[in-house]
Amino acid sequence: MGVYWAIAVRSFRRFATYRIATVSGTFTNSVFGFILCGIYLTLWHERPGLGGYDVDDALTFVWLQQGLLMSVGIWGATTTSELGERVRSGEIAVDLYRPTHLLLWWLSVDLGRALFQLLARGGVPLLVGALVFDLKFPSTPMAWLAVAAGVFLAILISFAIRYLVALSGFWITDTRGMEQLALVLATFFSGMVLPLVVFPGWIGQVARATPWAATMQVPIDIWLGRSPGGTGSALLFQLGWIAVLFLFALLVTSVATRKVVIQGG
Amino acid sequence: MVERVLQAPSQYWMLIMMWVRSSMAYPASFFLMLFSSMVLTVMDFVAIVLMFSHISSFGGFSLPEMGLLYATASMTLGIADLFTGSIERVGERIRTGTFDAYLIRPVPAFLQTAADGFALRRLGRPVQALVVMVFAFSRLDVDWTVARGIMLGVSIVAGSVIFGAIFVLGAAFQFVSVDSAELANSFTYGGQTLTQYPLAVFGKEIVRAVTFVVPLAFVNYYPVLFLLGKPAPLGLPSWIGLLSPLVAVVMVALASLAWRGGLRRYRSTGS
Repeated sequence: MGVYWAIAVRSFRRFATYRIATVSGTFTNSVFGFILCGIYLTLWHERPGLGGYDVDDALTFVWLQQGLLMSVGIWGATTTSELGERVRSGEIAVDLYRPTHLLLWWLSVDLGRALFQLLARGGVPLLVGALVFDLKFPSTPMAWLAVAAGVFLAILISFAIRYLVALSGFWITDTRGMEQLALVLATFFSGMVLPLVVFPGWIGQVARATPWAATMQVPIDIWLGRSPGGTGSALLFQLGWIAVLFLFALLVTSVATRKVVIQGG
Repeated sequence: MVERVLQAPSQYWMLIMMWVRSSMAYPASFFLMLFSSMVLTVMDFVAIVLMFSHISSFGGFSLPEMGLLYATASMTLGIADLFTGSIERVGERIRTGTFDAYLIRPVPAFLQTAADGFALRRLGRPVQALVVMVFAFSRLDVDWTVARGIMLGVSIVAGSVIFGAIFVLGAAFQFVSVDSAELANSFTYGGQTLTQYPLAVFGKEIVRAVTFVVPLAFVNYYPVLFLLGKPAPLGLPSWIGLLSPLVAVVMVALASLAWRGGLRRYRSTGS
């Protein structure tokens, strides 16, 4: 356990060293936040109460979305793309020599990264948004606890998907197609394109049942207190996907490490 | 000087063809990437279509009109990204010291950086934009004349040049601050997101800012307003939509000054 903690701490510190990159990324997140607020203000002005959100919900959604984007790793994250690169190049052999579990090692690396980006890339845009707009915040300690749990589970789900995409490199040599597919699915179904509550009819129902919904739409709904079926069932939904994805990830890891011939070896 | 300028297109062509040949080594992979690039970049229009399942007009624009705004924004950014987008990697080259190699070759560093890793798959964005544009025009009642057709073509070129100049400005800033690649995204990709929508909905302050400070409104908004016969905001004359080429020239001049300035203060990492 101690070793994984140490890995996570070092990963956190590593990402904390990219100061200018963090500042410019935060600036970009904030600019996008303002643009999206302009769009959503118009949309909710035309249709008040659209998707069960009021205007404040919609604006809060924007800043939470911009804040979660990097730390959850909707569009991929440095850590898991490095893992994919190591699978491709064969450097993964070094990771397999280590007396640690492959999945837990990379999960620790990813959690360290996610925590730093949650504080820097999540906190700052939210602060900027809160200064300009009247945003909603959880009011009770229990609500904050539920939000923390929701965000943590969202990061786990996103990690499991990214980990599986990276490990697909053991079987297919050119994983770029796979990465692009993952990118399209994550963009569309997470709520990056538009809050899933606005998706009409069956598209909305399908979107809300996917694991990508659990990485962004679900934790944001927990924050807003707008989870259909309540916060408890939202967390259970996330846990369900975690069980499925991590079991699959463990299976893939053990098959990959037992059967596959590593490139160059 | 004149000779260098005359040589530039053929040199640039040579550099990008090298990258095109390399990506064509795996044609199946290339076409898959091209296709997924189209799918990924059309998402913003999908969002607009989903919005129109609930509304019938956005800031006074109907769905086909929004389609035209989207298509012109996406196409101009797509063309700029295709030809100059790679330049944002200059910071990485400066940090690792590989930028030095560009300075000793007999081709301007600018051309080499702009063509670095030229990715033909980025054609995906302009191609899907073209599809949306065809859809938009099939539903719009535009009174077509030869002059209007030329005006649309010219403003798409001008818009692409404006976005291209912003890419170069962002890259030039990386000579000052190596890790700031993402900063330019606010104005390029952010600019595209912004200009997909009627700018008037963002309020007068924003319209002023994108007219007089970062002239993103000239990329597509004013030309499209002119084409659709809609009045320009802020009491500006409607012919302001014809000024895009002029704005593009000014932006190129600024970008060129900035790039030269950046190159002059470049110090190698030395290892």
